[in-house]
Amino acid sequence: MIQQPGTSGLIFNEPLLWEKSRMGRCAMSLPKPDVDRNALDADLTGDAPNLPELSELDVVRHYTRLSQWNFGVDSGMYPLGSCTMKYNPKTNEVQAARQGFSGAHPLSGDEFSQGALKLMYNLEQFLAKITGFHAVTLQPAAGAHGELCGMLMIHAWHARNGRQRSKIIIPDTAHGTNPASASLCGYESVNIKSGPNGILEPETVAAAMDEDTAGIMVTNPNTLGLFETHIKEIADIVHSKGGLVYGDGANMNAIMGIVKPGEIGIDVLHLNLHKTFSTPHGGGGPGSGPVAVGKTLEPFLPVPRVVKDLNTYKFITDCPDTIGRIHTFYGHFGIMVRAYSYILSMGAQGLTDVSKLAVLNANYIKESLKGTLNLPYDRPCMHECVFNDEFQKQYHITTMDMAKRLLDYGFHPPTVYFPLVVEGAFMVEPTETESKENIDQFIHAVKSIAQEAKDNPEQLKKAPRLTKVTRLDEVLAARKPCLRG
Amino acid sequence: MRYLPHTRDDIETMLKVTGHSSLDDLFAGIPDHLKTKQGIDIPESLSEWELNTHMEALASLNIACKTYKCFIGAGSYDHYIPAIIPYLISRSEFMTAYTPYQPEVSQGTLQGIYEFQTMITELLGMDIATASHYDCGTALAEACLIALRKSSTDNKIAVSSLVHPSHRQIIQTYIRPAGFEMVEIPYTKEGLTDIAALEQMKGIAGIAVQSPNFFGNIEDLKAFKTITEAKNILFIVSFTEALAYGLLKNPGSLGADLVAGEGQSLGLAKSFGGPGLGLLAGTHKQMRSLPGRLIGKTKDANGADGFVLTLATREQHIRREKASSNICSNNGLNAMTAAMYLATAGKTGIREIALQNHDKAEYLKKSLMSSGFLPAFHTPFFNEFVMKVPENFEKKRKTLIDDHCVFAGLNLEPFYPELKQHYLFCATETISKDDIDNLAKEVRS
Repeated sequence: MIQQPGTSGLIFNEPLLWEKSRMGRCAMSLPKPDVDRNALDADLTGDAPNLPELSELDVVRHYTRLSQWNFGVDSGMYPLGSCTMKYNPKTNEVQAARQGFSGAHPLSGDEFSQGALKLMYNLEQFLAKITGFHAVTLQPAAGAHGELCGMLMIHAWHARNGRQRSKIIIPDTAHGTNPASASLCGYESVNIKSGPNGILEPETVAAAMDEDTAGIMVTNPNTLGLFETHIKEIADIVHSKGGLVYGDGANMNAIMGIVKPGEIGIDVLHLNLHKTFSTPHGGGGPGSGPVAVGKTLEPFLPVPRVVKDLNTYKFITDCPDTIGRIHTFYGHFGIMVRAYSYILSMGAQGLTDVSKLAVLNANYIKESLKGTLNLPYDRPCMHECVFNDEFQKQYHITTMDMAKRLLDYGFHPPTVYFPLVVEGAFMVEPTETESKENIDQFIHAVKSIAQEAKDNPEQLKKAPRLTKVTRLDEVLAARKPCLRG
Repeated sequence: MRYLPHTRDDIETMLKVTGHSSLDDLFAGIPDHLKTKQGIDIPESLSEWELNTHMEALASLNIACKTYKCFIGAGSYDHYIPAIIPYLISRSEFMTAYTPYQPEVSQGTLQGIYEFQTMITELLGMDIATASHYDCGTALAEACLIALRKSSTDNKIAVSSLVHPSHRQIIQTYIRPAGFEMVEIPYTKEGLTDIAALEQMKGIAGIAVQSPNFFGNIEDLKAFKTITEAKNILFIVSFTEALAYGLLKNPGSLGADLVAGEGQSLGLAKSFGGPGLGLLAGTHKQMRSLPGRLIGKTKDANGADGFVLTLATREQHIRREKASSNICSNNGLNAMTAAMYLATAGKTGIREIALQNHDKAEYLKKSLMSSGFLPAFHTPFFNEFVMKVPENFEKKRKTLIDDHCVFAGLNLEPFYPELKQHYLFCATETISKDDIDNLAKEVRS
């Protein structure tokens, strides 16, 4: 009998900050004034902002209680497909917190920032070696920001060639942010469908690609967790019509040491340091979205760039074809430190093992659950697999019901209703850091839930029951927006 | 490797289930010609001991030792971070969670960010604040795009030349491909944005002014509002020093339609410029134009209060190519940090910290004047100001860094070529009177 992690326990209520506020309290130790007070003109000053007034323990207890209402990777298995919720090593936090890194001012000057510059330079080199590209920028602050950066470079390349194009091809298996990133560059999205086996077919691309099309955005492995086996032919088709291939490398964690996107026809690729390279997701950022390019696009990288000059490192901004700047300073340096620590801790062999075990875990789940849940694309998967609720429809049970019930079992649900190409998608990405025992527990939980769907569907409709709150009314939230207290 | 739990037995058992002969066999579906022939050419793995040594050596190449004094601001400020902030934000339930897609197990993040939104609207005097952006520069670029898209006739955004130089560059990068143009509003000899020059500008869809501006001076925001009202265009205010609004009249009360700011001062380390915290706030009227996540209050099935991500219909994953912005995740953990800082400081704390910043900066300015420095402007400022420095200053400045880890101001010439020998100085509450007296003594000519 497998014991599931979910149980009930004492959980605390906690009001909003301002409901705890009492005039005259302050949780901050204020420095003693040692210079004269020098009042500004009263015309310029306003009332002090009406922030809550609390004692130190009030603040500590408030956030401790709030944290207990959250589920994180450290709490339990978090198989959120496409998001790569792997373990976030704690030593990386120690490295980023070193005074020399966390205290460094971004405008200290190159001469006095050699440690930061060397780290950035080395990290760029590591990422270039992992992806098979020529050069890397670390400036983008998130995956979507990296996408925008890559698309701006494609846009700038076409402009430099003297003829701008108006469209971009986006398959149905690409990430959701791709069309919005393209439209910021003024490109109209041409949506194409993947083939019956979930893979993009060269003929479909050939039919859509013309000389008004700037290129294609491909997520590989795609959002079905499948490797695009025709990627090279597709790249050749796009290149022959003068276009470029954008690779969404959010799923790089599946192919490290196996495939290098820079060797198979991709021109520009973004990575997510918070997925493949283990930096924490932080409840939604800060992440980091470096972009790797081949020689064609290198002149268009954002500035400043880090270069090595003998044994010293410096920033350069004198790059005539650059797309410009996309972050106030150099990107999310604190996240770079964590990813750099991770790569050094893993080494080449470790990173290759990461991909192999991530793929093993996903295939193990796929094989173990395919009789329980419907598997629309039954072929070997990479790091994630996508089921849906087809088998449960007869009991009027949806993917959402099963996801909510998983919470009671003590698991974070998989990604649901994405990718759009699968109706009622239930997208599982276990990651390599989950052990066989954890995965077996998860498989057992899903099987039990499928059984409940048959025997006791009401139990699923009412789920979750063990959480701080039950299902929330999202329609009410959107109809009468209350965005502040 | 300690992060990989699989034993040899586990792997064998699992491969039997998946029907593969080996781990390599899992990749048999990838054609051979697509597989790399070389491994990854990076150093061998380090133990935690080796990593610690390596990282400390690297960190110590940066001149940011424990005793260092930073008289530079310019978008990244040295403020005291109370001990409870790193302690609380390190709680793994905050740090290792993702975007609150499953609100039933994300109420901590959701209530925390709802409180953040509320306190930011309070700080800025605005109706709505988003759940954060990457940094001020990217938030400001998004605000400019809102203004530009609202206009059916005008395709230019007027941006003060005293908006942070990096922010102006980001705006250019963001708006150019869509066919928009940025025009710069010059500055006056008082170190303020030139309102008279702005009045003459034609064909503009909005204006963006930073206050305190890049020189540290406080702009007369009300005067800009008069112009934007007359032209019926959007008024965008930006700032890099959030603590200024513990003291100054907030942008909302002076008529801002949109406010983009940097929240790094609210409990976040400088960390070589990132990650910081982009703030974006607007009036009710701008609610549906604001890009980025929003948290709203609602009820659960039992009628209890709870929080969810809301108004997602504005977002890229639903509107796809029709979305106005591609931003999805944000700097959530830093927003939570800022909320913790604001709750810790409270109404009295934030005012006192703000006052001390201003007091220290005034004292620094006076001290530098007594050492032969000349003020470039005679305009009210918050915690930064510009000085014309003596001839031999650059050399002394370098010695101060080498010998004492003191960074005395930022040379403005690379940003404003006309300002030779002009430096931007900053003093915050972390600088003591002694630090200032020592600096004044060292740089006396």
